[in-house]
Amino acid sequence: MPRVRAWFCRLAGLFRKNRRDAEMAEEMQTHVDLLTERNMAAGMSAEAARNAALREFGGVEQIKEIAREQRTWRWADEFLQDIRFGARMLLRTPGFSLLAILCLTLGIGTNAAVLSWIEGILFRPYPLVPHQDRMFAIIGTTRGVEGHNGLSYPDFLDFEKNSTLFESFIVDKITGTTLSVGDRAERASCGIVSANYFDALGVHPILGRGFTREEGIGRNAHPVTVISYRTWRDRYNFDPNIIGRTQYLNGVQHTIVGVAPERFHGTFVGYSFNFWVPVSMQETFDPTGYKLEERGARWIEGYAFLKPGVSRQQAQSELDSIAQRLENDFPEIDRGHEVELFPLWKTPFNGAGNMSPTLAITMAVVFLVLLIACANVSNLLLARSLLRRHEMTMRLALGAGRRRLIKQLVTEGLLLSLIAALGGIAVAYWCRNALVLAFPEPTAGIVIDFPGQIDWRVLAVSTGICILATVVFALMPAIQASHVDLSGALKTDGGGVVSGTSRSRLRSALVLVQVALSFVLLAGTGLLLQSLSKMRNASPGFATDVVSTGADLFSAGYKPDRAKTFVTLLLDRVRTIPGVESASVARVMPFSYNVFSSAPIEVDGYQPAPTERPEGDYIQIGDDYFATLGIPLISGREFTRNDDENSPLVAIINETMAAKYWPGKDPLGQRLKVRDSWMQIVGVAKTTNYRTKLEKPMPFFYVPMRQNFFVQNTFLIRTRESLGAVMNAMAREIHALDPTLAPIAPSRLQEQIDRISYAQRLAVTLVALFGGMALFLAAIGLYAVMSYSVSQSTRELGMRIALGAGARDILRLVLSRGLRLTLAGVALGGIAALLLTRLMGTMLYKVSPRDPVAFGLALIILILVALIACFVPARRASRLDPAHVLRV
Amino acid sequence: MAKEKPDLVHGTLDMLILKALQHGPRHGLGIADRIQQMSKDILRVEQGSLYPALYRLEGQGWIKAEWGVSDNNRRARYYKLTAAGRKQLAVERDHWSRITKGIDLVLSEA
Repeated sequence: MPRVRAWFCRLAGLFRKNRRDAEMAEEMQTHVDLLTERNMAAGMSAEAARNAALREFGGVEQIKEIAREQRTWRWADEFLQDIRFGARMLLRTPGFSLLAILCLTLGIGTNAAVLSWIEGILFRPYPLVPHQDRMFAIIGTTRGVEGHNGLSYPDFLDFEKNSTLFESFIVDKITGTTLSVGDRAERASCGIVSANYFDALGVHPILGRGFTREEGIGRNAHPVTVISYRTWRDRYNFDPNIIGRTQYLNGVQHTIVGVAPERFHGTFVGYSFNFWVPVSMQETFDPTGYKLEERGARWIEGYAFLKPGVSRQQAQSELDSIAQRLENDFPEIDRGHEVELFPLWKTPFNGAGNMSPTLAITMAVVFLVLLIACANVSNLLLARSLLRRHEMTMRLALGAGRRRLIKQLVTEGLLLSLIAALGGIAVAYWCRNALVLAFPEPTAGIVIDFPGQIDWRVLAVSTGICILATVVFALMPAIQASHVDLSGALKTDGGGVVSGTSRSRLRSALVLVQVALSFVLLAGTGLLLQSLSKMRNASPGFATDVVSTGADLFSAGYKPDRAKTFVTLLLDRVRTIPGVESASVARVMPFSYNVFSSAPIEVDGYQPAPTERPEGDYIQIGDDYFATLGIPLISGREFTRNDDENSPLVAIINETMAAKYWPGKDPLGQRLKVRDSWMQIVGVAKTTNYRTKLEKPMPFFYVPMRQNFFVQNTFLIRTRESLGAVMNAMAREIHALDPTLAPIAPSRLQEQIDRISYAQRLAVTLVALFGGMALFLAAIGLYAVMSYSVSQSTRELGMRIALGAGARDILRLVLSRGLRLTLAGVALGGIAALLLTRLMGTMLYKVSPRDPVAFGLALIILILVALIACFVPARRASRLDPAHVLRV
Repeated sequence: MAKEKPDLVHGTLDMLILKALQHGPRHGLGIADRIQQMSKDILRVEQGSLYPALYRLEGQGWIKAEWGVSDNNRRARYYKLTAAGRKQLAVERDHWSRITKGIDLVLSEA
């Protein structure tokens, strides 16, 4: 208790300082007076009595000082003093203070905003889902084979049933369909999800309900759907009576049972879903067949929530043991198949996995920006420390303790960084929303709604770094002062920095570092931008201006026979539309999220390794497909109209597949077994990209649409006409065949490619943004240093002018020093960049990490910026009036 | 932080001040006088130690100060023992007698 009281007294002492000081003075005065009186009573004269009393009492001020120490914490007292003094110093040089605070604020703010944002994408990608720290992606892998495949539904159920460490498992398989409401048809993305999906995620539909347990069971037994908020808004106009309405989806009438909340877009990073159906409807939405009872059909992508306190390792080892048991129970099917849990940010089957390398680079870039900001402020502080050298020396000479000086400088640094930290929080808060404005225009179907919560840990780290840098460099004057010969330093003032004395070496080093870091950033940004444009311009192997459109046969309830006739007729009509060069049909278009077909294959004369189970992805296409998409055939022929139900089964393979299964042989005429049917190879096509431009060449084959018909398909048209014209022509032709059908809005394949590569474009935008910011900060740094150099060496410059140097000479002198620094920095940065950009290798698409264009551009930009930054102070220097300068 | 050099054994000044205030409030000089008188002029309190000690004790809550009027009609700060101070005095006296007893025993050993 007394301790607490003493603490309060001291605290109170801090604030009642003046009153207490007055009381203390009065009390001691009384004491002295009393002593004086006593002395006078003993017979001394008034003056002698007073002198004796004072002598006896001792040094009043010292006693007061000691007494004060008893009352308050001295450090706190001094701290307040330092803060007051620091604030005065900052106000005395407002330009410096503003610049320093601006740099730090930008550094801290953007750092916190971007890192929080990234942290959100990586660790909490789904805004409305609680407990994402316990949510993991679950996916199948094959022993000894790179990459991943899906899980089969029977296996999935076994994992769910036999595990104890998991709270829930959810199935989440992205698929696409066509949604027609009224006379408008649109491609829509759909999630095939387990019945517990919404409950397990903790997402509550705003209207209606999620799925019930029963709705997950029975082959195609429960045509119900939960629609997204956007679908409700855009397609149903916020219809309040939406629950219970029916909607044709893939030819089956579904009842809408719920509307998801506005910010719930599904569990697929960067993509937004239009509706969800329970897993029982799998066959309806997966054109490759009924799979719910087939243990060998691996198609499920899913998530698992661990119970609280369970680690990923524990959960993984439980899954491993279950997988082991399944292998034993079903050796034919499950041999070599395993499952793996991934943290959300490594989710292999959605945008998250694609984004993480780009995000890592963004993070590095932002961190570099922070470092540059710190270097900047350090620079400013150092520059000022020269100005304050005189002050420090004076204070030392007057007897100030070195510790006290250091404390005061630290306080000033702290003050600076604290103001900046506050500013940084404001900037972070503001950036969080503003950042979205800088994002590239999202293509339809993509929603940018990443949680932009400011992460306090991130903010703390960036602030910490800034404070450290500020304080360390704020100490410079004190350290320099301690090396100073007092009398010497008091006599001379700032030396000629233009000539580069040892004092300015540290500052030059900082500018050097800054320029070097900026160079690394600029070069890196250049590489990424170039890679992006190369990737954008690179041909995926087919013509990207081909238009994809079609009719929504599924929603209209077409059965295969009727659909086949319709497709044949429509294709004939489309080919006669003026401006159409060629047209074909395919089950899915390339780069779509719709799955290609996939099946186990056997090849005549190819002996697979014991653990290998050859599988192949393929697509069903119509005649003229290769001509329409501009994919060259290496040998053999296209499918023709005659490759139909009545003719022998045929297939076309790509080069990669030919090289893998028929190395050194001509595959033409050879046989390939897909599932249970043997097909004869009639052609070899050039390998293209199928899903993304970054993928490795993969084996792929094509089968004729007429021998493997699906109702759901897309028309591909090569034409020079506009999309609007195509739409009109398609509507006319489709209505001529069936007036009730809705045409699907046409789009070019490029749009789909852009959609897939959105994550990369986003990251590049971010990197470019921060590269620019780094450049700006570096420019400020250079400007500040040159500016101070000039103001420090006015005497020297004035002398030169007085001795006959012209304005041009002075300009050249100052500029050349700035440029020398810049060039040295660039050289340093060049070396660093050469080492660092190698790490970006996997991110770069057909761009060398040492690309001379990117490096050259970075060099030119930096030198231009340096010229501008140095020109202002140089001009100021050239206009010095020697008479005025030298008199001071 | 405190750099006082008391004439007395360190820490005893506080105890003596408390003792001096045992029978009523006194001002600073009064306390110094009282200690000198009680010790029959053996102990003299330096003013340089007195006031810091007074503020320290006040901070601990063992004494309380208020303005009063001295015998010769002067405004002076009078210090008064608080209940906590009285308790503290007992504690310190106890402690002191144990220490001195111990020291005596050591010194009287031949």
